[in-house]
Amino acid sequence: MVDWLWSFSGSKETLGVALRTMSICTPMRKRLVGVLLIALFGMLLLACYPDNPQSTFDATGPVAQSQLDLFWMIFWAALVVFIVVEGVLVYTIIRYRRKSEDYDPPQTHGNTVLEISWTILPAIILAIVAVPTVTTIFDNANSPSLAGEPAIEVEAVGYQWWWEFKYDDPNNPGNEIVTANEMHIPVDTVVNVTLTSPNVLHSFWIPKIAGKVDVVPNNINKLWIKAEETGSFLGQCAEFCGVAHANMRFRVIVESSAEFDAWLASQDEPALEPVDPLAIEGKTIFEGNQAQCWTCHTVSGSAKAQGTVGPNLTHVGSRTHIASGIRVNDQKNLREWIADPDRVKPGNLMAATAKVYTEPTSKLTDAQVSALVRYLQGLK
Amino acid sequence: MTTLGIPIPKRPIHPTGVWDWLTTIDHKKIGVLYGVTAFFLFLTGGVEALWMRVQLMGPEADFVTPEVYNQLFTMHATTMIFLGVMPMGAAFFNFLIPLQIGARDVAFPRLNAFSYWTFLAGALILKFSWFMGGAPNAGWFGYAPITGIEYNPGNGIDFWILSLQVLGIASLAAALNFIVTIINMRAPGMSLMRMPLFTWMSFVTAFLLILAFPVITVALIELMFDRFYGTNFFVTSAGANPLLWQHLFWVFGHPEVYILILPAMGIVSEILPTFSKKPLFGYPVIVLSGVVIGFMGWMVWAHHMFTVGLGPVANSVFAVTTMAIAIPTGVKIFSWIGTMWGGSISFKTPMMFAIGFIALFIIGGLSGVMHSSAASDAQQQDTYFIVAHIHYVLFGGAIFAIFGGIYYWFPKMTGKFLGEKLGQLNFWLMFIGMNVTFFPMHFLGLDGMPRRVYTYSEGMGWDYWNLVATVGSVVLALGVLVFLHNFFKTLISGEEAPGDPWDGRTLEWSIPSPPPHYNFVQIPTVSDIDDWWHRKREDDSSLAPVAGSSEDEHDIHLPDPSYWPLVTAVGLFIGAYGLLYTLNIGTFTGFPLFAIVGGSITLVGITAWSLEPVNEPDSDH
Repeated sequence: MVDWLWSFSGSKETLGVALRTMSICTPMRKRLVGVLLIALFGMLLLACYPDNPQSTFDATGPVAQSQLDLFWMIFWAALVVFIVVEGVLVYTIIRYRRKSEDYDPPQTHGNTVLEISWTILPAIILAIVAVPTVTTIFDNANSPSLAGEPAIEVEAVGYQWWWEFKYDDPNNPGNEIVTANEMHIPVDTVVNVTLTSPNVLHSFWIPKIAGKVDVVPNNINKLWIKAEETGSFLGQCAEFCGVAHANMRFRVIVESSAEFDAWLASQDEPALEPVDPLAIEGKTIFEGNQAQCWTCHTVSGSAKAQGTVGPNLTHVGSRTHIASGIRVNDQKNLREWIADPDRVKPGNLMAATAKVYTEPTSKLTDAQVSALVRYLQGLK
Repeated sequence: MTTLGIPIPKRPIHPTGVWDWLTTIDHKKIGVLYGVTAFFLFLTGGVEALWMRVQLMGPEADFVTPEVYNQLFTMHATTMIFLGVMPMGAAFFNFLIPLQIGARDVAFPRLNAFSYWTFLAGALILKFSWFMGGAPNAGWFGYAPITGIEYNPGNGIDFWILSLQVLGIASLAAALNFIVTIINMRAPGMSLMRMPLFTWMSFVTAFLLILAFPVITVALIELMFDRFYGTNFFVTSAGANPLLWQHLFWVFGHPEVYILILPAMGIVSEILPTFSKKPLFGYPVIVLSGVVIGFMGWMVWAHHMFTVGLGPVANSVFAVTTMAIAIPTGVKIFSWIGTMWGGSISFKTPMMFAIGFIALFIIGGLSGVMHSSAASDAQQQDTYFIVAHIHYVLFGGAIFAIFGGIYYWFPKMTGKFLGEKLGQLNFWLMFIGMNVTFFPMHFLGLDGMPRRVYTYSEGMGWDYWNLVATVGSVVLALGVLVFLHNFFKTLISGEEAPGDPWDGRTLEWSIPSPPPHYNFVQIPTVSDIDDWWHRKREDDSSLAPVAGSSEDEHDIHLPDPSYWPLVTAVGLFIGAYGLLYTLNIGTFTGFPLFAIVGGSITLVGITAWSLEPVNEPDSDH
């Protein structure tokens, strides 16, 4: 590298040509700028893909839409300012480039009218931006349910490094329905989400549905969301929360009201009892003293599995993804996850604390893993 | 002093070689020490950034582990802010302020040396953490409670705390020194409103430093007590509110942003008039907007906290104050363009960087206005959009200005020109590399890529722009390599520079390059802004670089070098480790050896410092 640089600086002719190309206003420079601008424009077209799963350009609810509207408004204002100011800058440096070394330009020190106007003009632009900013801040802070619109309540709890969602049990008031990493909500309905964390900071963010709100220990934050399309929407923790922060993902599954009610009712059921022998063996391992899965995980209906440290697994088989949304929930991935969770999601606390992963003597055999996979897949 | 019966070693007289650098209290040499050290540390921060760019080049890469990645982004930011940009600013303060105000040195030359050595101690404590069990891993913002012992039992956070505390001492000492220097040591006739803009912006920065650092110092002491002595300032499991840290951090952290950018704005305000052959357009307004930015910098901290749930009233207030701070910033930009308008613009390398600064800072300023709108910021906060913004203001802004400043004042510092052709190549590589690296990050952020992620899945649509950004960072690195090449080539065989190589306007150009150690044979009398320019144009007889010769240079008395600033700083360096490492001797555990040794050295250093005479009696000046 250094040799190359030495030789480069040595070949003065090459460098001279290169520099002349760069100097202002030669025909070559003009052509170069033209080509670059076309290339740049083509690249910018590639830039905004509303189809990207976390693109903020494809809002599907009023909160994200209001934030996007505000963004576009400020963007266009900023673009105009950008073009005008950079344009004047470029014009100035071309027009007033040095033509003679002996010429001293007039020593002007200022212009009061100009200085006052370029103070007031930005102030006016900013005042125009400030009005919708403030109204949107209040709109997004106050849930329409305060004005009487019907809403459902969900509590989202941030853990290191997964999400828990809790619903009020419609059949059994006072009870909670607990699930993990996939939040089902009905379409076109206001959902009030209460955010809590018993550990570190997190941030709850589903780009297509709503901008983020942080999850702060010892503080209860709230946000309201509403989705106007059915489908599965990706969310991700946006506040640095430790080693697996990048893999703290989740999904919001928006479905029709009827589908949502059916889902909630199914989640209220205790876990299905395994029937085939392999799954029965899996349950035995799950509740046994070698694997000790039960100390951290709840499987509703089981007398033993009532742990609350890890995700509730009562209906884990019905979820689309595992490991806080980073892998599709299929046999192969579940197997890999149970056999070596640290490889799938480095740093996760199950791999760091469970005896089966920390003590070689307690390691699960392939057969045991198969049985556990069969059991968990059956927990629909 | 001998009546006290304490034998203080004599001051070193005319030391040479290494001893000269270790004991110097000459502001110019200290400026060089600051500059070289900070540039080296800036390179280490750049290497940390390149590692991250390699890891993010494609989806699901495993070039580094997530733990190392977290250490990399923490160290990159902490390094660039505290060990790169701030001390490079300090290098210019040191070298230039006495020259610009017509003084022979700063008010407290030994304190100045102490600032440098303490800064070096803090920098080493931070950087050595890589080799002492792991670097800090909770981000440069260190949000509670993940910095607590419960979630972060390693020593990385401790190194981070101790390093920032030691660096804080250095910054406070330096800031007080420059405030006193600027208030008391200006040449006759140099009223505040005749001061060069760089000195003005440094003056504002120094006030920000002495007001901002105590806040972070208190927060760090609380965190240190939590980690070492079991207090519960930020321990959430004991009921602490972690937002306390965020408020303390950003009450410091936002003024810190202006601590980084105001000196850069000062540098640009020096380069533009010189290469346009025109005075600054609206000098009083530029000064005033700098002061207003300094004040308003205290009223916007919660815009870093728009998503933490402060409520709509607080968010609205901070959104509006944040938008308002764009006004004085805009005024500066317009005034800079006004400075060039009607001028005779030369495109030497320093000017290229200054124009680049304006062009890039406009982009950073506009994206700043975008996330001042708190509601819309909910989509941008903690995404790559913010990463793009901060790099446009801190790389396109601060670093471009610093490079411009290096090219501009290098002839003054060394008596040699940095190569102009390599300089142009340096500029274009950095300008293109900077845009290719950081512009796509706007797209990534708006497409939903959060910050501080060590990996991302395929299918998120982030692969392409991440690859582009990584390619850009290589171009950027090439630009920095060209600079290094230029630097060493110039030292070996650079073109000689006269005292006033650019037809400068301020007092530093009225003396030879490099300046003699006493700076001015005769302290000049100032009668104008851009006094040197006016003297050159109005009175041809004073064109000679050295104004006046009525005073013999042998009559100029400057204080002799001193050992004690270095000794005191060494004591702080050793003592800082005392909090972490104790000795166990048999049944007696926890003997604080480092704390006692370090503390004693510092005490001896301070005592000897206060007792040593200004000059050795037999010293010849």
